[in-house]
Amino acid sequence: MTGIITIVVLVLAVITALQLMRVFELSTKARKQVEYEVTDRDNNYQGWLMLLFGIAMIVSLFWMLYAWLPVTLPKPSSEHGVEIDSLFKISMWVIIAMFLLVQPVLFYFAWRYRGAKDRKAAYYEHNNRLELIWTIVPAIILAVLIIYGMTTWSNVMSPKNEKEPIVVEVYAQQFKWIIRYAGEDNKLGYANVRLIKDANVVGVDTLDLLSADDKVTSEIHLPVGRPVLFRFRSQDVIHSAYMPHFRAQMNCVPGMTTQFQFTPSVTTADIRQDANVQAKVARINALRTEKGLESYAYDYLLLCNKVCGSGHFNMQMNIVVESEEEYAKWLAEQKTIAETL
Amino acid sequence: MADHAQEHAHDSAHAEGHDHDEHPVDNFWTKYVFSTDHKMIAKQFLITGMFMGLIGVFMSMLFRLQLAWPGESFPILETFLGKWAPDGVLDPNMYLALVTIHGTIMVFFVLTAGLSGTFSNLLIPLQIGARDMASGFLNMISYWLFAASSVVMLSSLFVETGPASGGWTVYPPLSALPQAMPGSGAGMTLWLVSMTLFVGGSLIGSLNYIVTVINLRTKGMTMTRLPLTIWAFLVTAILGVLSFPVLLSAALLLIFDRSMGTSFYLSDIMVAGELLSNQGGSPILYEHLFWFLGHPEVYIILLPALGITSEVIATNSRKPIFGYRAMIGSILAIAFLSFIVWGHHMFITGMNPFLGSVFTFTTLLIAIPSAVKAFNYITTLWKGNIQFTPAMLFSIALVSTFVAGGLTGIILGDSALDINVHDTYFVVAHFHIVMGLSAIFGMFAGVYHWFPKMYGRMMNKTMGYLHFWISFVTAYGVFFPMHFTGLAGLPRRYYSSAEFPIFDELHDINVIITFFAIGGGIAQLIFIFNFFYSMWRGPKAPQNPWRSNTLEWTAPVEHMHGNWPGAIPEVQRWPYDYSKPGYEEDFVPQNVPIKEGEHAH
Ligand code: HEM
Ligand SMILES: [Cu+2]
Ligand SMILES: [Cu+2]
Repeated sequence: MTGIITIVVLVLAVITALQLMRVFELSTKARKQVEYEVTDRDNNYQGWLMLLFGIAMIVSLFWMLYAWLPVTLPKPSSEHGVEIDSLFKISMWVIIAMFLLVQPVLFYFAWRYRGAKDRKAAYYEHNNRLELIWTIVPAIILAVLIIYGMTTWSNVMSPKNEKEPIVVEVYAQQFKWIIRYAGEDNKLGYANVRLIKDANVVGVDTLDLLSADDKVTSEIHLPVGRPVLFRFRSQDVIHSAYMPHFRAQMNCVPGMTTQFQFTPSVTTADIRQDANVQAKVARINALRTEKGLESYAYDYLLLCNKVCGSGHFNMQMNIVVESEEEYAKWLAEQKTIAETL
Repeated sequence: MADHAQEHAHDSAHAEGHDHDEHPVDNFWTKYVFSTDHKMIAKQFLITGMFMGLIGVFMSMLFRLQLAWPGESFPILETFLGKWAPDGVLDPNMYLALVTIHGTIMVFFVLTAGLSGTFSNLLIPLQIGARDMASGFLNMISYWLFAASSVVMLSSLFVETGPASGGWTVYPPLSALPQAMPGSGAGMTLWLVSMTLFVGGSLIGSLNYIVTVINLRTKGMTMTRLPLTIWAFLVTAILGVLSFPVLLSAALLLIFDRSMGTSFYLSDIMVAGELLSNQGGSPILYEHLFWFLGHPEVYIILLPALGITSEVIATNSRKPIFGYRAMIGSILAIAFLSFIVWGHHMFITGMNPFLGSVFTFTTLLIAIPSAVKAFNYITTLWKGNIQFTPAMLFSIALVSTFVAGGLTGIILGDSALDINVHDTYFVVAHFHIVMGLSAIFGMFAGVYHWFPKMYGRMMNKTMGYLHFWISFVTAYGVFFPMHFTGLAGLPRRYYSSAEFPIFDELHDINVIITFFAIGGGIAQLIFIFNFFYSMWRGPKAPQNPWRSNTLEWTAPVEHMHGNWPGAIPEVQRWPYDYSKPGYEEDFVPQNVPIKEGEHAH
């Protein structure tokens, strides 16, 4: 039924459009106009529309920045995250400045030089000086960004350790995460998917002495201020461990181990006190009450950020950052592999 | 027929007269279906590309509904998707399938074949002064391989387990293992078959373009007198020839892994409770191979659009393109660099951090020639006498999106920053603006500009204006806000953001995006209507409607084999003598001899 109605509506729409076109054609014919020719009037209209568009675009950019910057991620909760964010801010300023320089000029020129019958364009084919300038100026700006970016990158990827990092394995499978702590010796025992059996869900080699004190958990707890070395594995397809609040992400690739290290710098309890975060949570809870959903308290998250199948959109785990003591207490409650297997 | 084209091609260099009455009369099949005439093949590419484009855009409208109102019921979804949207609620697997096929169609079928296939075919012979492509027969094969691959791709929509769903990049193991998701079954096989055909067609086409540009230029058409369109098509074809075979090998190895038990990409996998025997392969190998094509592919899409824009902007500013040689130089620089930046898609795959630095360096380098191009376009407008044809409007829009999207590339190309925005909606915003919108706008500019050359009739200007403004506004309306959802940490390829309370705030933005998406999608019907209406009923085109300099406008409006009835015009000057002092008219076609005392470019 809907099918028939849709077809009828479509047919009617096409017929209407055709009729409108007839009327339109006759009227242009009456005015002895060649429809496709661009008249001065057209140029005027379109030129003004271009200018208007340019202005509207800039205004809406500022409106979006005003309205939507608050929904973006709050301040970073890791040490390197601060560095990444300052690089990000500087790059962002540069590109916004370039945007505000180039777009207005484009639309201004479009308006300013809108055509008219009695005008003639300048014959201006090149200017080596100008071209050199706009090759070199972007090159310099980019050189600065590249150097700054590379330094940040190498600081992030090859951090210098004052304290020994805690080793934590993040194990991905369709569609959940499993965590393994390295235990007393801070060394993960050997593991491979071939060894998965019953309760041994991440395939730990129980014969490997290093594995006896490992602890498999279903939560991530991290002590504040201690570097954490994450080692990532995957059981089936590629996943990506994305921890946006820490500005951290690394793919989990079957058949190999990847790693990423960072130092959490703000506890969960503290970030909940942050003014921006509180405002955010208040806004979110207002929306949730409206829909009759349970209220929400802010948490750090681990999410999957590489498409991995139908459950990709809901592959999440909370991350709790707490004091050294709370962390030690929580970890002590977890069972070792020796105890569970 | 093929011989005929060749014969014309041969004498084109001598530009001598030719008697055309000897042609066998075309019947329907040789004229419209198995044509070897480049103008007809161009139209075939265009219509097929437009058809695929409608499907691709329609898919995006469907999945945008889900993204704005996750889990809500839309009867239209059930109408079109049947069992994949029980009670009108989209199935998560089907969501991924729609996104995947949307991406594949837009990137390969619309903006590679539809754009470069159409305009390389139409313009290369006409603008360089050749009677046809070097091989009309191969040209026909190229189209038919593309048509076959389109049919296979569309047929995958109807298989029991659904079409390929692992994203348009189809990373293994997800795409290699039918146990991992239903779309990796028969749908994925068809995807691979389709892409194999596609690559075949694209290679044959590209080789033909290259040979034609190099060998069949008319007398006087030196490389530095080529219109920038031709430079763009030539370099695009070279990129294609060098990179598509790598995609083909990636796909072949994937086929082997899928059906012959090899382990190129697979190692240590347990999926759906089953331990696989594969060992020693690496999915990262696939990523390297894929992106070795994937990045140049971005420029395969973009360069033709930039070439078209150069031509349209110069013509309608009534001014020479500013910095012609710099434009060629930047096309070449971009092309070269595009082969050494693929790693920026893989910063967080666990690659050596040093490599990450190298790829950051090369990636940000590309910004320089890109900036040069943008500035040169803008300077071309300066002191122009701008004629706002619909084509011109789309070209200006292209410059705007190219700048807007290129700038966010500076963020994504920086490995340190990519850590946190990789695979979020920030990326979706970036590539849609810089590649999707720019290329689509370039394609529209090309259609509006060369429609008279293709169909001998004019498109309706007023409808063109309407189409342009709605498209331009909605395009930014869709993709600009996505930057913000990305910066809020929303990953792409998420069926729903409702599982994370932290994303609840993004609901309004998602609704706005969806409204713009639906509005923009529907507005394309104006274009479709205009296109077909004008094809049959538009006013007859004059010889040179835009008063342009390039050779195609010296060919008669009525199409004929061999393009020019008599001798091929000889080229006397570069193509950008607009508003040249000393001439009455504000344009001087390429075949007009240099006057005594005139300074040639
Ligand atoms: C009406 C216009 C369009 C809309 C509303 C639209 C919307 C979208 C959205 C929302 C996604 C991401 C979905 C997700 O990651 O979950 C997407 C993916 C994509 N789109 Fe578009 N798009 C449009 C036009 C285009 C164009 C012109 C291109 C040409 C390049 C394009 C190419 C892609 C690609 C390559 C992907 C990635 C697919 C993937 O993740 O595998 N789209 N589109
Ligand atoms: Cu996942
Ligand atoms: Cu790339």
